[in-house]
Amino acid sequence: MKTLGRYISPGWFLVAPFLLLVAAFYLGPILNILWLSFTDPVPGVGNYRELYESDALVRIIWTTVRVCIVTTVFSVLLGYVIAYAMVHAHENKRNLMLGFVLVSFWISILVRTFSWLMLLGRNGLVNNAFETIGIVSEPIAFMRNELGVLIGMVHYMVPYAVLPLLVNMQTLDMRVMNASRNLGASGTQTFWRIYLPLTTPGLVASTLLVFILSLGFYVTPAVLGGGKVLMVAEYIYVQLLVTLQWGTAAMLAALMLFGVLGLLYVMSRFMKLSTVFGGTAS
Amino acid sequence: MRSGLFARFNRVGAWILLLFLVTPALVAIPVSLTPKRFLSMPGGEYSLRHFIALFSSPEWLSSFFQSAVIGLSTSALATILGTLCAIGLWRVSSKYSEVVRAFLLLPMIIPQIISAMAFYRLWVPLGLLDTYPGMILAHTILAAPLVLITVSASLANFDPKLEQASRNLGASSWVTMWRVILPSIKPGVFAGALFAFILSWDEIVVTLFVSKFNIYTLPRRMWNGIRENTDPTVAAAAVVLIALTLIAFAVFALVSRRNARQSRT
Repeated sequence: MKTLGRYISPGWFLVAPFLLLVAAFYLGPILNILWLSFTDPVPGVGNYRELYESDALVRIIWTTVRVCIVTTVFSVLLGYVIAYAMVHAHENKRNLMLGFVLVSFWISILVRTFSWLMLLGRNGLVNNAFETIGIVSEPIAFMRNELGVLIGMVHYMVPYAVLPLLVNMQTLDMRVMNASRNLGASGTQTFWRIYLPLTTPGLVASTLLVFILSLGFYVTPAVLGGGKVLMVAEYIYVQLLVTLQWGTAAMLAALMLFGVLGLLYVMSRFMKLSTVFGGTAS
Repeated sequence: MRSGLFARFNRVGAWILLLFLVTPALVAIPVSLTPKRFLSMPGGEYSLRHFIALFSSPEWLSSFFQSAVIGLSTSALATILGTLCAIGLWRVSSKYSEVVRAFLLLPMIIPQIISAMAFYRLWVPLGLLDTYPGMILAHTILAAPLVLITVSASLANFDPKLEQASRNLGASSWVTMWRVILPSIKPGVFAGALFAFILSWDEIVVTLFVSKFNIYTLPRRMWNGIRENTDPTVAAAAVVLIALTLIAFAVFALVSRRNARQSRT
């Protein structure tokens, strides 16, 4: 122990329990799944070749990417509006707004999905309200299509988009903006040419965070898509728990995993990752 | 800056968006009060029958109980592991420790569907499928990174000179940890424990993979109710969950405000 302690900092003994747990019970099976993607049902790259041969798979991946991109664009846009207003509000108001964001962050995903189910159905509250006012004669189909999935996902992701933007905007030096105004730039010019470029790190972090979280999203697409909007996560679920086929699911998981790790790498070049994820904690 | 038309637009827009974030969940309240047997809006008449059904149903009560057991155990385990790990990494602070930190945050960032596959893959041969230990272990691995983050944030504000002073005055490293470090990072530990509990209490994707009949947590029963889409008891459960969220949030806000005031004086 003593000789060991000379070479290894004693702090590592405190890290060891969790590190070993993650390595054995998390990293191990994930590596196993990557291995499976090449060996199940037969060794080789057969699972990956399906990407060229199966139209259904390509459609699922394309749906996932499309839904995630649209979700990300809207969530970050709406998140930017909220974060901007929060930074420029008085302290009491800002705390109230932060409270709203955090409460919506904390409300169970199942409660929210259930609520959207009640609101968006054919006889849902939104359609009833529209018919009473007389905007529409036929109920709008919000559910069992991408529109419903998008509404549910954007609603879930906006708080995740707000927090990194907020962290970034709070560190900005407002004197720079004042200097720009004093030198004769209009408010709009100052925003587009000074403020927006300064918030690039926050925008990148929040975009990638929302996109990564959307990629593996299961609950909302499964319920609001009603089987009509098949995304990767739901496909994996069906493959494993209904048809019990690991190969294709493992291949999709491997693609998703490498996609996420690649995006994280890009993200780490723009911002310290711990500040992004630490933002949710403050 | 002068508050122009743009700023006013922005403020109104932001409040509308905040309402969009919070209000949809409230639709569960009228639905839960419907006197009818199926999911519907109450037409002028209200009834508490679905709350009575919720609290007299052995299935729902057992789900509440199971979720509470799993959530509390997860929170305790994740808090211990995450706090130790955060203190360890803070002590080491070398370039290796930052690599290890990034690695340990992965369970939180990797899509839950992949985590679910991984646990399912390993739990089958280990016989942990559909058991309390299996659920708690899976949730602990997902939740401990949250504790690692909150405790590390607290440690960043902790003055290392205090630790040195304690050691110089003759305290062992164990006593220093208990009496000097832990009391000063209490807010981070508390927040981490709460986040870990919420994660476990609300977790559905991994739960769908690693539980079957014996373990039927609250999110799983809600999920079932949502898929069947008939029984209004699920609306009553949603209202109870919203109320619990608001209570937890109020407690959290009060405690963190008190901590902020203490650290200011």
